[in-house]
Amino acid sequence: MDIVLGIRVQDSTIIATSKAATRGISVLKTTDDKTRALNTHNLLAYTGEAGDTVQFAEYIQANIQLYTMRENDIELSPKATASFVRNELATSIRSRKPFQVNVLLGGFDPKTNTPSLNWIDYLGTQVELPYAAHGHYRPDMKLEEGLELLKLSLKELETRMPIDFKGVYVKVVDKDGIRDVAEY
Amino acid sequence: MNSLVSQFASSGHEVELRKARQAFEDDDESLEMWGSQAGFGPLSKGIPSFSVPSVPDPSAFLRLHTDDHADPSCRIKIKHGTTTLAFRFQGGVIVAVDSRASAGQYIASGTVKKVIEINPYLLGTMAGGAADCQYWETYLGIQCRLHELRNRERISVAAASKYLSNLVYSYKGMGLSMGTMICGWDKTGPAVFYVDSDGTRLKGDLFSVGSGSTFAYGVLDQGYRWDLTDEEAQELGRRSIYAAGHRDAYSGNTINLYHVKEDGWRFIGNYDVSKMHYEGPNGTGYGYEIRTGRTEFC
Repeated sequence: MDIVLGIRVQDSTIIATSKAATRGISVLKTTDDKTRALNTHNLLAYTGEAGDTVQFAEYIQANIQLYTMRENDIELSPKATASFVRNELATSIRSRKPFQVNVLLGGFDPKTNTPSLNWIDYLGTQVELPYAAHGHYRPDMKLEEGLELLKLSLKELETRMPIDFKGVYVKVVDKDGIRDVAEY
Repeated sequence: MNSLVSQFASSGHEVELRKARQAFEDDDESLEMWGSQAGFGPLSKGIPSFSVPSVPDPSAFLRLHTDDHADPSCRIKIKHGTTTLAFRFQGGVIVAVDSRASAGQYIASGTVKKVIEINPYLLGTMAGGAADCQYWETYLGIQCRLHELRNRERISVAAASKYLSNLVYSYKGMGLSMGTMICGWDKTGPAVFYVDSDGTRLKGDLFSVGSGSTFAYGVLDQGYRWDLTDEEAQELGRRSIYAAGHRDAYSGNTINLYHVKEDGWRFIGNYDVSKMHYEGPNGTGYGYEIRTGRTEFC
């Protein structure tokens, strides 16, 4: 029961992932980071089958970084990154042993100054979303309002979810790149 | 990319698998006769796969031949019950395990070595399939020695554990069963990694694996601090495994205790769980009645 949330606000994208790593009835780790930075403006958050998740995320991370090296430090845009991830999962589902991984891709395109949030599931479904969480969302929210909304979402999860997910790591992707938000 | 590299590689487990596969293909007549393939053997030909049992579904094949609740007459017994633990602290890493091997209701052995000495600086613990842990952790030891010879430097615990997790991940879904902690000391200091056959690999301060792990966690969590002294830490490890040995029917017999420091691991001792109950490590037993002198619950 991993939690992955994403909210696209005016000039940035917020990603939150739960810190608990659980196996059976035991919580094995309370500081697990379920995200990988693909390049300076793309952050991949993942859920799914144990083992597959990290293997897939690090495979994507390595290939995106390889692209940057080969193309003379040109970074793949969030849209292109999402297409690449979708293609990998669409190929994988048609293989003998598919990756059972769903991802949220938080990105910021520095060329057009637009934040984006992409949901891609293990079947290869890709959708661009304004938010991947429930709540009172408005498209013109500022980052501070987005973080407030995230607080409300997490409060609801804490009251209604039957398990303790040990809090979340919150990261923001904007024009300056990826950064951690401390007070969560 | 990986398959391309391994195709031309001259070392590593994939090469051994390839060689084994080639050897198998030389006499495919006998291969098709082997095991209960129900005539489906030839179907797997031409499909790229590891040289595991040459049947359409290797994990179903393994399940058929291994210890299962539905089939007690199976030929291969897999060890299930266990308690293992490892934690990192100021003075290094403590590794403690029980020594019971149970096959269903039967205690198959009470003297199992569940700590695998990979090399003088690395220890691995054993939970799940005994053969899988023993074989692959010994194999890991070989690869760690080769790393040393090639790079004139000891392998880090992070790298060693990642080697193992990548290896078991390549066999995912084929029936491997391992829950292990790779423990040691490298340039970064003491380190513990949890690796299992799902392909999960976690860095952490404190782990416990096996059917008795919840009992061990109970004692471990209440007594754990980073600044434990060596003696306190060893006692905590011993006391935690005792608790699991006492309360978990599938764990027990004896405790094996190891301590990893900067200059490598040291075996601290083997302790009888019953003896710990009545006498403890130095005269005062761990058992409730023994400690309190109260007998109303006996």
